[in-house]
Amino acid sequence: MIQFINTLLIGITAGSIYSLMAIAIVLVWRSTRVINFAQAGMALLSTYFGYEAMVHLNSFWIALPVAMAGGAAVAAFIELVFMRFLLKRSAHGAISGVAPIIATLGLLGVIRALTSSIWGGQDVRIVGPVSNVGYSIGANTLAFSPLKLLILVTVIVLVLLLSLLFQKSSIGLSLRASAFSPEIARLSGIRVDAVRTLGWSLAGASGAVAGMFQTVNGNGSFSPDSIEFSLLLVSGFIAAVIGGLDSLIGAVIGGLVLGLVISFVLMYISSSLFFIAPFVILLIVLFLRPQGIIGAKAARRA
Amino acid sequence: MSLEVSQLTIHHGAICAVNDVSFTVKQGELVAVIGSNGAGKTTLLRTLSGLNKATRGSATWKGHNLLHSKPELIVRHGVSHVSEGKAVIPELTVNENLELGAIWRKNKKESVASKSEITSIFPRLGERLNQRADTLSGGERQMLAIGRALMSKPEILLLDEPSLGLAPLVVEQIFQTIRDLTTSMGLTVVLVEQNAMGALKIADSGVVLNLGKVAVSGSATSLIADPQVRAAYLGY
Repeated sequence: MIQFINTLLIGITAGSIYSLMAIAIVLVWRSTRVINFAQAGMALLSTYFGYEAMVHLNSFWIALPVAMAGGAAVAAFIELVFMRFLLKRSAHGAISGVAPIIATLGLLGVIRALTSSIWGGQDVRIVGPVSNVGYSIGANTLAFSPLKLLILVTVIVLVLLLSLLFQKSSIGLSLRASAFSPEIARLSGIRVDAVRTLGWSLAGASGAVAGMFQTVNGNGSFSPDSIEFSLLLVSGFIAAVIGGLDSLIGAVIGGLVLGLVISFVLMYISSSLFFIAPFVILLIVLFLRPQGIIGAKAARRA
Repeated sequence: MSLEVSQLTIHHGAICAVNDVSFTVKQGELVAVIGSNGAGKTTLLRTLSGLNKATRGSATWKGHNLLHSKPELIVRHGVSHVSEGKAVIPELTVNENLELGAIWRKNKKESVASKSEITSIFPRLGERLNQRADTLSGGERQMLAIGRALMSKPEILLLDEPSLGLAPLVVEQIFQTIRDLTTSMGLTVVLVEQNAMGALKIADSGVVLNLGKVAVSGSATSLIADPQVRAAYLGY
């Protein structure tokens, strides 16, 4: 029983981090119709910003917003100086559809090389704000610590804030209208270009939180070659696809489903399936429901 | 105080869609632009709202140059475009579609006033504010598209085939509403239509486009009486 609960808790916590990454991928997809494989690189770079803030200011609660702001700025920069022109220039031609996506793979490589050359290849550490030692119930120790609780609560708060922004504010309406119909949005006076940049920035900030939490939820150390960030990219992408790619709610559900399934597979089947399980889930979902768990129509609600 | 289109030429790649077109729309006037499929009507309208780029010529509204500007800026000069095919965002609610039209307006009190004015013109929209736009009928969607454009507090409305795909009775209703709006709100309207008879009936004047050129223009009554226009576009 305790093993079951632990598996559940590990899955939910990991899943909530995947959700943030999936949200980042969905935000970029909705604003520019690009699958951003550089998202993990951007999260890595943002986490280094957070690390620098930790080194100088020694507070996770300052480091987290610093990482978010840095992530947002990097994303805005990439959209403004790179993607915008690439999308315009690749509007026609044989590889028009895939050129921007391939470009994000290139960006991923560039960002990783850049972080390596700035911070070196060795591991650096970010210490979480609270203990990662599990709560005890009687003689049993839960795989659920104050840190995991904190991660879960923070993710829930961020997702709620984001959905409030999208559903209740005029910025949110601009974001949704620009995603659904750029032409009608422009005719209504929305500066769609600026809204796209904003979409990327939100994605950058969301990915930054995912990077910070992924790091402290693991052993606290990371490097440009960390397996944690590869996992984040793979999981975020798969969670986004499971969720239908167009939906924020879908991204959250996709992340949680993925986190739980991976957790149960590792615990009850074999821990050697660590890297295969997410892809098998992706394939199963694509076979059974190619439109994602949240169907395309319902997805666009949020 | 008018829309001045002068020697406007627009290309789609190598094809010349609009060729040396000139006409004037006086303030408060309803002008029907008619012509068969491919005559360049939609291209003309899209260029006036900044969606397409012109090759040559000029187009000004109250002295503002409409060419070389962007749709999101042109709407701020009082030019609202309802594009072809029930231009609403189906994923958004009726209310959100309306709000969209006023999103750039600074004065929120005025926007609220606009919305109550529009829901009194289109009571069906007022009853369905929280429904998604894709639950509306075709006629209601067209009303919503016009309602969204009105939320931008336009002085001139560019309407692209509002009758497209609607039942005859609904078409009549939409045309009547357009006529009423023009008169009651003091709007200037450019109405692009394939339904030439319906459009000319409510219009003050008309421009007939053929293969990108102005074939004939004049008052609506003179066009309806013109034997050539009758034979080619009105079908009798």
